[in-house]
Amino acid sequence: MTSPSDAAAGAAEAAARRSYSKLIAFLAARTRDVAGAEDALSEALAVALTEWPLHGVPHTPDAWLLTVARRKLIDAVRRRRLDEAASEHLLWLAELQADDDSEPAWPDRRLGLLFACAHPGIARELHAPLMLQVVLGFDATTIASAFLVAPATMAQRLVRAKTKIRQAGIGFEVPQGDALRERLGTVLDAIYAAYAEGWSDPEGVDARRRNLADEAIWLGRLVASLLPDEGEALGLLSLMLHTHARRDARRDAAGDYVPLSEQDPARWDAPLVDDAEALLHRANRCAAAPGRYQLEAAVQSAHAMRRRTGAIDWPAIERLYDALCELTGSPVAALNRAVALAETRGAAAALAALDALAHDARLADYQPHWAARAELLARSGALDAAQQAYAQAIGLEREPAVRRYLQQRAAHWRQRAAAVSSTAR
Amino acid sequence: MEYLLMIYSDPAGYDKLSPSQQAEGLAAYGAYHEALKKAGVLKNSNRLRPASAATTVRLQSGKTQVLDGPYAETREQLGGYFLIDVPDLDAALSWAARCPGAAHGIVEVRPVWAM
Repeated sequence: MTSPSDAAAGAAEAAARRSYSKLIAFLAARTRDVAGAEDALSEALAVALTEWPLHGVPHTPDAWLLTVARRKLIDAVRRRRLDEAASEHLLWLAELQADDDSEPAWPDRRLGLLFACAHPGIARELHAPLMLQVVLGFDATTIASAFLVAPATMAQRLVRAKTKIRQAGIGFEVPQGDALRERLGTVLDAIYAAYAEGWSDPEGVDARRRNLADEAIWLGRLVASLLPDEGEALGLLSLMLHTHARRDARRDAAGDYVPLSEQDPARWDAPLVDDAEALLHRANRCAAAPGRYQLEAAVQSAHAMRRRTGAIDWPAIERLYDALCELTGSPVAALNRAVALAETRGAAAALAALDALAHDARLADYQPHWAARAELLARSGALDAAQQAYAQAIGLEREPAVRRYLQQRAAHWRQRAAAVSSTAR
Repeated sequence: MEYLLMIYSDPAGYDKLSPSQQAEGLAAYGAYHEALKKAGVLKNSNRLRPASAATTVRLQSGKTQVLDGPYAETREQLGGYFLIDVPDLDAALSWAARCPGAAHGIVEVRPVWAM
């Protein structure tokens, strides 16, 4: 038997989980005080935990939480006189109280909240952490681990970003027209950054971190459902679903790393791949020219074709990376283009493309750059140079399974070199 | 700024590895060392002999006391260190995450008090 307090706690948690982002977005939209909205909502949850066991769970828990949280917010605004001008302060109170008689069906301001978190006035590297905290309720320590930042530093940066939203008057309005497309890009980038950090924990060692990839997909679905005609929003969701479908295929039974081209397509999550394909199809019918995420999703789609045809369409992938390079100028896109070139035109052409990137400082500490260089050097017979590049890739890798894989590749080519020199003798 | 990356791990873990796994582990450290050097951030680095080789010295009530063994008898022991010079803590943490010690033990990152 569950006690009334357990049942009430469960109901409060469920309501908070279901409606957290909606409640925060609505509470913060008027005042732009995200931290205040978070405090008010957590106070309201605490009240729920003491009152619901005594008086029963209300019929509409979300509306109940909203009413109590708003009262807490008004109290807090009344108390605070320190850093806000008195007139602004009075205006807030009037706005908050004007909402008091609003009906339970409050408007969905979550999209506005996402745009506020990814506002150009906030440092780019904070967009994703801020979204994770404000929209999804992650704590600073978890976010800090995911982004490799000290917890105290991350907490401080998040507080500062929220202060900036309030003090600079960053709005919660969803931009329209061209501005929408421009600003949507930063929102999508932040969601993808959160996804990538969750994805880079393939062993699933950190349960909270795996959760991060799922939550980023949830955000992607939210944006795609609220902006169903934006090809890039659909493209990003397609990209994330494609890669997510392969999450289990990245390791074999022994826990060793399996590169994409050697994965068993039977181990991909087929319904997820189908979803991803359908989304990409919808994205391609949108009016705007395909953007970064649509192109990247198309690359993943070309890899996914292998489950039907048994072969990877490298010429298509090369063309897509051509388009990505032109669109973004990203050195990572150029690197991936070189890898595709190795399949379509051979190692020498690919190495020439890589040499053109050799002095790009952004790739100096990027493991995949060194791994690609090593493999191409080895394939074209430059075995000593290949070993040096492998060592660099191994030294830069964080994931033990990938490190082992690179060490095995290096050993494989060392043995080949030894065999060659012994037959020469 | 200089940071000391200290690697704490259970020495029994290394002893349990097969010779080829041990060689692979040491090679990973070698590659990490090279990557730090190539990035121009490495100041100094050493692997320490096992904690069983440690001797502690202290002055107690005016008498010098010499004891066998490490300062703290914990399962994880300091096994080595990297002293690096990087712009900030974020950069130090990103190097610490790449250290093989982060996988088989714990890497403690401490800023050096500049004299």
